[in-house]
Amino acid sequence: MPLPTYALGAMEASVYAPEVFARGLPSVLQPAHLSEGDAGAAGSTANAAAPLLSLHGIGLAFGGVVALADIDLSVRSGEIRAIIGPNGAGKSSLINVISGVYRPDRGQVRLAGVGYAQVPTQRLAHLGVARTFQNLALFKGLSVLDNVGSGLAYKVRSNFAGQVLGIGRSRGERYDFLSCTDQILEFLDLTAVRDRLAGTLPYGLQKRVELARALVAEPRLLLLDEPMAGMTPGEKSEMADFVRAARDRFSTTVVLIEHDVGVVMGLSDRIAVLDYGRKIADGTPDEVRNDQRVIDAYLGVASDNEALSRDEARAGI
Amino acid sequence: MAAIAADFSTAPVLPKWIAPVLLLAVAYGVVPLIGSSYLFEAILLPFLALGLAGVGLNILTGYAGQVSLGSAAFMAAGAFAAYNFNLRVEGLPLIGSIFLAGIVAAAIGIVFGLPSLRLKGFYLAVSTLAAQFFVQWALTKFSWFSNNSASGVIDAPKLSIGGLALDGAVGRYLFALTIVSILTFLAYRLVSSQTGRNFIAIRDNETAARIIGIPVLKTKLLAFAISSFIIGVAGVIWAFAYLRTVEPDGFDLDRSFQILFIIIIGGLASIRGAFFGAALIVVFPLGLSRLSGFLLGDVFDSGVLDMSQRIVLGALIILFLILEPDGLVALWDRIRRRLLFAWQST
Repeated sequence: MPLPTYALGAMEASVYAPEVFARGLPSVLQPAHLSEGDAGAAGSTANAAAPLLSLHGIGLAFGGVVALADIDLSVRSGEIRAIIGPNGAGKSSLINVISGVYRPDRGQVRLAGVGYAQVPTQRLAHLGVARTFQNLALFKGLSVLDNVGSGLAYKVRSNFAGQVLGIGRSRGERYDFLSCTDQILEFLDLTAVRDRLAGTLPYGLQKRVELARALVAEPRLLLLDEPMAGMTPGEKSEMADFVRAARDRFSTTVVLIEHDVGVVMGLSDRIAVLDYGRKIADGTPDEVRNDQRVIDAYLGVASDNEALSRDEARAGI
Repeated sequence: MAAIAADFSTAPVLPKWIAPVLLLAVAYGVVPLIGSSYLFEAILLPFLALGLAGVGLNILTGYAGQVSLGSAAFMAAGAFAAYNFNLRVEGLPLIGSIFLAGIVAAAIGIVFGLPSLRLKGFYLAVSTLAAQFFVQWALTKFSWFSNNSASGVIDAPKLSIGGLALDGAVGRYLFALTIVSILTFLAYRLVSSQTGRNFIAIRDNETAARIIGIPVLKTKLLAFAISSFIIGVAGVIWAFAYLRTVEPDGFDLDRSFQILFIIIIGGLASIRGAFFGAALIVVFPLGLSRLSGFLLGDVFDSGVLDMSQRIVLGALIILFLILEPDGLVALWDRIRRRLLFAWQST
């Protein structure tokens, strides 16, 4: 099926506002130590398995604004991999590249050993990839049951006539739909709201319904775009528990974007830190926590401010 | 279009099938016995045809979220296709002509649905206007479609099924009622099937729908095809059972707008809503005209009365949409809940 991808991408750009920022360094200026760190990490896992997902030299710009610059990332099978960074660091752009919503200007996404210049969005579910969205993307006019069950739609083989008349494959599919969906609803403790319209649920529950919709297909790779954004601390730790439980139960690999560093530290196996579209750190939570660049990115650097004020002073003169 | 189907949100107190079955029992068993010819000719036949067209458009616009202003074109395509199949194919039963007419309308619907793969909202609505103008032009321009009739107006064939003549007002009413009931039932099954859920998913969030693996392009075209099929059959009923003549001018842009009003007033994404809306659109002007003729007939001439009726109708529609944006269906459900609540608390 021919995908008018560039046009769709352009339309989506307005819906999912690209995380933009004013500064971006050319890839040649990227610190050299990162590639060494990457090589070390890759070396240690080389005997385990090839990475389920890897990004090679991903670059993406919106007009003159560089959103991602030369990003390399590898995700091992079965791990919870977090991508953190301050606002506008390019985290959501990265998820959109992985899920094929954006086409990167440079680089390649390798999924289970197959390389893509742009991941085919329409085939994403068939490839075993599911995702959630930063801004809720539920189907408001459908019940929770139907929302979650729509995660199975990619498997449906029966045609509409069979479904209308209730014959052929559609019967078995309806049975699978109900049993799979009800299991997931129970797993995520959503059975009580099974028949409510998704649009009428409180925010935290809607986030969980979205997780359920992504999980129902039992994906190999689950991309979570800020699953805890806007939640209370209690809801956040609950959500973290659900993510961990989902990984354990379905042996799903999780790539997770999050603002809240505290939650991420406890949840993830490895963390990559983005700042201004570049990867500034990558490693275990402990390594990342003590990395000076990460601290600088989150807390700001004194010399930067001084330089800024000097500039201002000069402009004043 | 923030339409949320009222069908899903109400907790049914009685089994869901009771109301439609009772309604059908009355429609088949009681109405033919007591109805006057005026009731059939002026109210029930246009109500059935427009209600079915509303069901068709609701599948496309209410459920799948694709706005269309070409409904009358698909009605015309259905009516003229049925006429020509009936005329030119020897031995084809009437039902066969009607079915094939629906298929023709569906094919035209798919062609004019192709822009929906790139266009959304108002832009799509404008592109469906092309269907409206093109079909009307083609039917007027090429007299083959109207069997070279000088005026372009053609007489619909006599209705009969299996040798049983359905020519009188009651017969045509039963003919229309049967087709409308069957197609409405199938439409109801459709919107609660996986395909119907895919329609709603695409309406509510196309990006998410694509990412979870719903075949968006195929599903949109399917919505156009099914919707146009139903609207095409509604066109056959309009021409064969109600007006009994077929002419392109009867299917102009006004008719398209009328059907769009029907689903907006009745309630988007609701099968019942199409019939509520059709009832209002058909009955309301008649009642208003009776009332104004009775009250003010001596004071004003008929031209003034006719014009003022339109103004009142328009004002009432605006007022109604402000008070109940989710349509008559939502109003109906609210009243029903109140009544049930009052009944239970006594």
